[in-house]
Amino acid sequence: MGIILYLIPISLFLGGLGLLAFFWTLKSKQYDDPDGDAHRILSDEWDDKPRP
Amino acid sequence: MCAQIAACPACSVAPSAEELAKMNEVVEARIMLSLPTVHCAACITAVERELERAAGVHSARVNLTLKRVSIEADPEVTADDMISLLEGIGYEAHELDAGTLRATETDKRGRELLMRLAVSGFAMMNVMLLSISVWAGAEAATRDLFHWISAIIALPAIAFSAQPFFRSAWSVLKVRRLNMDVPISLAILLACALSLYEVTQSGKHAYFDAALSLTFFLLAGRYLDHRTRAIARSAAEELAALEVPRAERFEGDELVTVPIAELAVGDLVRVKPGGRMPVDGVVTDGQSELDRSLLTGETVPVYAGPDSVVSAGEVNLTGPLTVRVTAAGEDTSLHRMADLVAMAESSKNRYTSLADKAAGIYAPGVHLLSFFAFVGWMVISGGDVRLSLNIAVAVLIITCPCALGLAVPAVTTAASGRLFRRGMLIKDATALERLAEVDTVVFDKTGTLTEGAPELTNLEDFKSRDLQVALALAQASSHPLAVSLAAAVSGAGVEPAELNDLHEVPGYGVEGTWNGETVRLGRAAWVGAKAGAQTATYLQIGTADPLEFTFADHLREGADKAVAALKEQGMKLLLISGDAPVAVETLAKRLGFDEWVAEALPEDKAKRINALSENGARVLMVGDGLNDTAALAAAHVSISPASALDAARVASDIVLLGSDMSPLAEATVIARKATRRIKENFAIAAGYNAIAVPIALFGFATPLMAALAMSASSITVSLNALRLR
Repeated sequence: MGIILYLIPISLFLGGLGLLAFFWTLKSKQYDDPDGDAHRILSDEWDDKPRP
Repeated sequence: MCAQIAACPACSVAPSAEELAKMNEVVEARIMLSLPTVHCAACITAVERELERAAGVHSARVNLTLKRVSIEADPEVTADDMISLLEGIGYEAHELDAGTLRATETDKRGRELLMRLAVSGFAMMNVMLLSISVWAGAEAATRDLFHWISAIIALPAIAFSAQPFFRSAWSVLKVRRLNMDVPISLAILLACALSLYEVTQSGKHAYFDAALSLTFFLLAGRYLDHRTRAIARSAAEELAALEVPRAERFEGDELVTVPIAELAVGDLVRVKPGGRMPVDGVVTDGQSELDRSLLTGETVPVYAGPDSVVSAGEVNLTGPLTVRVTAAGEDTSLHRMADLVAMAESSKNRYTSLADKAAGIYAPGVHLLSFFAFVGWMVISGGDVRLSLNIAVAVLIITCPCALGLAVPAVTTAASGRLFRRGMLIKDATALERLAEVDTVVFDKTGTLTEGAPELTNLEDFKSRDLQVALALAQASSHPLAVSLAAAVSGAGVEPAELNDLHEVPGYGVEGTWNGETVRLGRAAWVGAKAGAQTATYLQIGTADPLEFTFADHLREGADKAVAALKEQGMKLLLISGDAPVAVETLAKRLGFDEWVAEALPEDKAKRINALSENGARVLMVGDGLNDTAALAAAHVSISPASALDAARVASDIVLLGSDMSPLAEATVIARKATRRIKENFAIAAGYNAIAVPIALFGFATPLMAALAMSASSITVSLNALRLR
């Protein structure tokens, strides 16, 4: 059972990483226009400099 | 850094919010347009490419979720230019007020809720995993360790995530009232406190997972609710003002542009053709015609000359007018109309939403039930506080309105999402429920069922020679009848005749000479004809008998479908208009109305609706004009098109974004379905409680059971709501 002493902190750390990643997506405004982002990827316009 | 941005704005790929604000201040004006018809990837590219090609535009970005585009451009670029550009490529656009939008765009509250939701979700999943091993039979030291880890995760997470509930509960408790958040906060706090105590005593049951999942599900409901409202608010309430609050005043011989607030009685103001009357007044100089359709619903322009009385809001059509101010600001007829709306709204009986009704029964019920459980078990167990408190908390958690918190927002989100895709915006939270109860529909005519634009009806009756002359004359005027005539005639492939000495006689019509003869197009009296009942303009060539061109109002797209579908649903239909009896009757018969009222004043409309309501009818009012605003506010629920005046849009509960009327009938069906789903959801939540509460009351509840009941009921309720999509 001693293994859980390692496993619990590790799993919490990994989950925490996910949480931080979510905070980052929130901060960088990735939820402002979900429909638009889904459609933009289908646009056949060539752009080597994606817009913000 | 600053200079670099100014030199090449496109280079900074992700400018921070501060930098963006700085850029706005210095060089750029930001324009926001609502685009009700964008729906695909091709639309995005087309709109952005077209706008960025225009001079002075730095960048344009479409937001498909909110169906709008934000434009960074030089100050001299106006929203009207952008709107006409977009109309050129087939997209309808309406201006949004960028100043008020900035607040919703950053949308701090929504992001904050999402952050709390994420934290509680993260904590819930971890604590759930630990709890499963406890439920699976972990004993003694292992169980205590797991409980302690759960406590360490849960307590900070709840302290952060559940703040919205605590704050709302505290604010109502301060004024000695109850709302849904009081039992929620109490359940969360008591569950945490009791679990912490149990853990220190190495007890068997800890409710950390229940407290967290309660927070998580309720936050999910809160977030859905917030998002639905944010979308509706940003687009419906912030459509920019149509009226420009300025006027041109004579100061000596000079014309000075001043804000309307500075005008005083007796001032002389100049109103250009195409301009809106800023004040009530009397014409002192000039002749013209006035379009009163927005104020009264009349489609035919009326003549205005010296001594004619004009009121604020009317549109001057053909010639410049000088007007002596008789009433300005708050005394104008426009303002009196606004007062009428305020009166109608204050008398509008406050509607109690289904959620409020449920909360009214639920909140006291939950408290009483767990209190009785506590007292009852104190008596039975002979004063065992720990046992009694455990049972009371179990009751509180199980009865806590977890599914109830989701029941309404999940349905309204699904329903308003569906309506949004059909081009309708719900402005008011209870509008859907009220729309579901409707049994009578009252329509306004001009601008609602019709586009308020006349259409030539008797093109076939004329010889091509007459048409050529009429076209040449009509092209010289911006009068709505002339514009429509020119469009219809040139659409039939007729070339204009060559006329000399072409000029407009303001207030009467257009005059010219053709082959040495005087030709006139204009009012009946001016060309010596007798005015008929229908909207018409007259053509006279030389001294021949005048020819009559008749017009009918152009029907709005989908209006006939909407009316027919509503009739099929068994609604009582009524048409109330300020227009002349003949025009109203023709339209009523064409669309199949049973009842109609013509020449109705704004007060009459509101009175009529109040009378209907008093007889027990639930009235849906559909209208767009200033003359409808009082009626819109007085009705049980109201809808106005996006083309409507500000006042009308503010007074109505639902805004139609597109010019198509046909979603109207579907809206009532969706609303009825949504209300049924909400009621079903309440029934589901109550059903779970009916099973779980007795178990909890008899002291058999475990944290496992609480978690199961909570998750199962929340998921069932959400799935039921999703059936609407």
